[in-house]
Amino acid sequence: MNPVNYLYLAALLFTIGAVGVLVRRNAIVLFMCVELMLNACNLALVTFSRLHGNLDGQIIAFFTMVVAAAEVVVGLAIIVSVFRTRHSASVDDTNLMKL
Amino acid sequence: MDNLIPVLVAVPLLGAALLLCGGRRLDRVGHLLGTLLAFASFGVGLALFFSMLGRATDQRPIHDHLFTWIPVNGFQAEVGFQLDQLSMTFVLLITGVGSLIHLYSIGYMAHDEKRRRFFGYLNLFLAAMLLLVLADNYLLLYVGWEGVGLASYLLIGFWQHKPSAATAAKKAFLVNRVGDVGLSIAVMLMFTTFGTFAFTPVFAHASQATQATLTGIGLMLLLAACGKSAQVPLQSWLGDAMEGPTPVSALIHAATMVTAGVYLITRSSAIFNLAPTAQLATVVVGAVTLLFGAIIGCAKDDIKKALAGSTMSQIGYMVLAAGLGPIGYVFAIMHLVTHGFFKAGLFLGAGSVMHGMNDEVDMRKYGGLRKYMPLTFVTFGLGYLAIIGFPGLSGFFSKDKIIEAAFAHGGTEGWILGTCAMVGAAVTAFYMTRVMLMTFFGERRWVDDAEGNQPHPHESPAVMGIPMVILAFGSVLAGGLFSINSSFVNWLSPVTGYEEGHSPLSTTEVTTGTMVVLVLGVGVAWLMYGRRPVPAVPPLGSLLTRAARRDLLQDDFNHVVLVSGGSHLTRFLVYLEGRGLDGLVNGIAALVGGTSGRVRRVQNGYVRSYALSMFGGALVLVATTLLMRAVA
Amino acid sequence: MTSTGEAVQFWVLAVVAVGGALGMVLCRKAVHSALCLAGTMIALAICYMAEGAVFLGIVQIVVYTGAIMMLFLFVVMLVGVSSADSVKEVLKGQRVAAVVGGLGFGVLLCAGIANANLHSFQGVGAANQAAGGNVPGLAALIFTRYVWAFEVTGALLITAAVGAMVLTHREATEVKQSQRELAEQRVRLGTQVTPLPAPGVYARHNAVDAPGLLPDGTPAEISVNPTLRQRGQMRHLGSDLLRRMGELEQSTAGWLGRKAPKPRSGAELARVESEETEQREVESK
Repeated sequence: MNPVNYLYLAALLFTIGAVGVLVRRNAIVLFMCVELMLNACNLALVTFSRLHGNLDGQIIAFFTMVVAAAEVVVGLAIIVSVFRTRHSASVDDTNLMKL
Repeated sequence: MDNLIPVLVAVPLLGAALLLCGGRRLDRVGHLLGTLLAFASFGVGLALFFSMLGRATDQRPIHDHLFTWIPVNGFQAEVGFQLDQLSMTFVLLITGVGSLIHLYSIGYMAHDEKRRRFFGYLNLFLAAMLLLVLADNYLLLYVGWEGVGLASYLLIGFWQHKPSAATAAKKAFLVNRVGDVGLSIAVMLMFTTFGTFAFTPVFAHASQATQATLTGIGLMLLLAACGKSAQVPLQSWLGDAMEGPTPVSALIHAATMVTAGVYLITRSSAIFNLAPTAQLATVVVGAVTLLFGAIIGCAKDDIKKALAGSTMSQIGYMVLAAGLGPIGYVFAIMHLVTHGFFKAGLFLGAGSVMHGMNDEVDMRKYGGLRKYMPLTFVTFGLGYLAIIGFPGLSGFFSKDKIIEAAFAHGGTEGWILGTCAMVGAAVTAFYMTRVMLMTFFGERRWVDDAEGNQPHPHESPAVMGIPMVILAFGSVLAGGLFSINSSFVNWLSPVTGYEEGHSPLSTTEVTTGTMVVLVLGVGVAWLMYGRRPVPAVPPLGSLLTRAARRDLLQDDFNHVVLVSGGSHLTRFLVYLEGRGLDGLVNGIAALVGGTSGRVRRVQNGYVRSYALSMFGGALVLVATTLLMRAVA
Repeated sequence: MTSTGEAVQFWVLAVVAVGGALGMVLCRKAVHSALCLAGTMIALAICYMAEGAVFLGIVQIVVYTGAIMMLFLFVVMLVGVSSADSVKEVLKGQRVAAVVGGLGFGVLLCAGIANANLHSFQGVGAANQAAGGNVPGLAALIFTRYVWAFEVTGALLITAAVGAMVLTHREATEVKQSQRELAEQRVRLGTQVTPLPAPGVYARHNAVDAPGLLPDGTPAEISVNPTLRQRGQMRHLGSDLLRRMGELEQSTAGWLGRKAPKPRSGAELARVESEETEQREVESK
């Protein structure tokens, strides 16, 4: 098997995550989809690391995880505070950003 | 002595400034001060006149450069005065008749509470008119031209509490504007052609300009003259201008200001002599107006409006003469001067009649006034004889000369013009006799007015009588004096040039002809108004009479062609502007607005929708990158 | 080329990962989505290890699956376990556009990968061995070449933690009332002097969402926790519940040695049902 298949898998997961972001309305699920996209990227990075025979790709994937963790912390905090004020976790209810 | 020229203008200007800015403390002496200054100006004019007479003919014109008004490289506007025989004639006429009318106004305006202002305006008029005739360049002439227009406007609307007077003033101002545009265009054309406004260089270089330019300048000057001198087609304001006080009608709208057009044409003789088309237009205007005014004069029952029609007609004679070229200039000015005397006298007589008749102007309510106002009757009668051309009186000399010159123009044109002038003379005799008969002869027709006051016709005070007497003397004698040894021709010809006309008819034949038409006109008038009592209510009259009562439909013409036409044009332009220009602009705005309105819906507030846009963007980016790589 | 074992492993893991991902997107309930995502992440962790990134695989399981996903579950719990997306799409064409765009994007990505020059394949083993293992290798890089980025990510994490606290912290605007004050207030207001009634007891799984019954048989809404009421998770005392209560009474009658009450008549149930539908209609409005 060619390791390029890992890249196809990553592309597939990324696309599924992206479509999920666009389709789902629950903010938490939305976030999970974003996490899925990040993971897909990580898989691609790890595969590139393997393809090129150095560890830099893994380092980048590591940093991605850290950043994802930070993002999740802040994002979930935002979701919680939005839920407190609007009693809803649906991103469609937070639609004041319009003319 | 010669540096007195600016004083001529300055004296009445000072009077105007004092009287208009002096306030109420001058109310008691304002009229005396104004009159005094007018006479002072006349005195200066006389002194200059005698000084001029004392010099040899070629030394007579004097020039006084005061200062440079606008000193710009390539554009030098000078303020300078030029006093030659032509200007001198006007100076004497303006200050002389002006002074007499100042004197008359003391009596006429005695009971008007705005008398001080009236005299201020009169002085302003004198100053502006003197500036007009003394200017040595067209730009300064233009200043005077506008100044007399202003004074005319102020004086026509002097009783501005009357809506008719206010409207008449506005009308005169507006119609004059049309003429003024002509003058300003003419001045601009001169500047572009000759690079200067001054008379001397312009006339010296006139022959170097193209025929088209000269014709253009001539026609524009003619337009200006038409506006100021109430010639067809800009004649409509003069009849309404009679809303002003009668001394104003006498001074401005009969004797002096309205003749400024004739002055302008005569002064620009060097240009007109080189532009036959402009000359032709001038004679046509003159001939048409002399008949037009005469016909109006026949139908009016308002004594002042009848005289206004007469003024229009007489100025028509002058314009006709001025258009004839060197054979006519001198006679135009001569008729102008004699007309100044007798028409001023007639207007003052009319004013005197009105003064005695509680300001009644309808001649059908006069009748038999000769018994009540003998002095007015005699002076008015002399003016009447002068204007119809009674042998020996001034009108006889000046008008016959014009008729003769018209025949001398030569060819078919000469015959047509001469016939017009002759017919005009007949009609003049008719309408003036009509005025005379309706006012001073027949039975009394005056009745109680609305308040039950019966007018008590009485002779006017001496302060009004004296000017009338002096003007009557002028009316009688001026023509004769001017004609002895052709003294006026000799006086003026160095400035305007003079050629002996070669009339197909001899002087005797022309004189006989004018006598015949004179008798004819008087006779018909006597048959119609002398033998039969004049009805107090005007009869319906023929179609022509009715049209003439409406000033030969001039206002209707103006209304239909200019006002309605203008408003239709404006409406069309507004429509065009609204649909065309605004439509374009609004269309673009609506397009942008509509597009934004639709694009705005993209901004729906749903974060997922924005995410979709981002995703689409990413899609395009990836696609482009791949495409570029594939191409590269 | 990889070993056959890895190939088998890949295909299995790929199926699991894609299945989990699809499950996450398609599940209506957030909890199910979270669990699906956890499965995908574990599958990916194994993939990492198979590709020689042992450290990352472990971190993926510990940090991602262990910590981050648990955080997700906590939030899901806070926000409401059973809150599910409604099926109805508000945005017109959003779903179709998303699916079409996703397909296009996937095709483009695959095309990009297929076109890329990825034929030489080195493997990470040599790099790992050169540093004396995967972890020392990564450590050497992190603390030398990427030390600046590492420090910055540390700062980012701190900031994120502080940010989360700031966002969720609520300032107390008034002094917290003591028990005595609360009691005095209750007596003063007089609306509910006694403790709130307990929720219903006739429950099959979770008694707190079923309201207690007042003596006349009507549900006492204040017996349910306000949070549940606010989320709309209060169980309505419908015909279903009444039927179940009847069943419960019948079944307990035997071993408790009590006489079971008469089962409710069909007419009575029908009346309750009609009330129930009415209430639903009102709510839906």
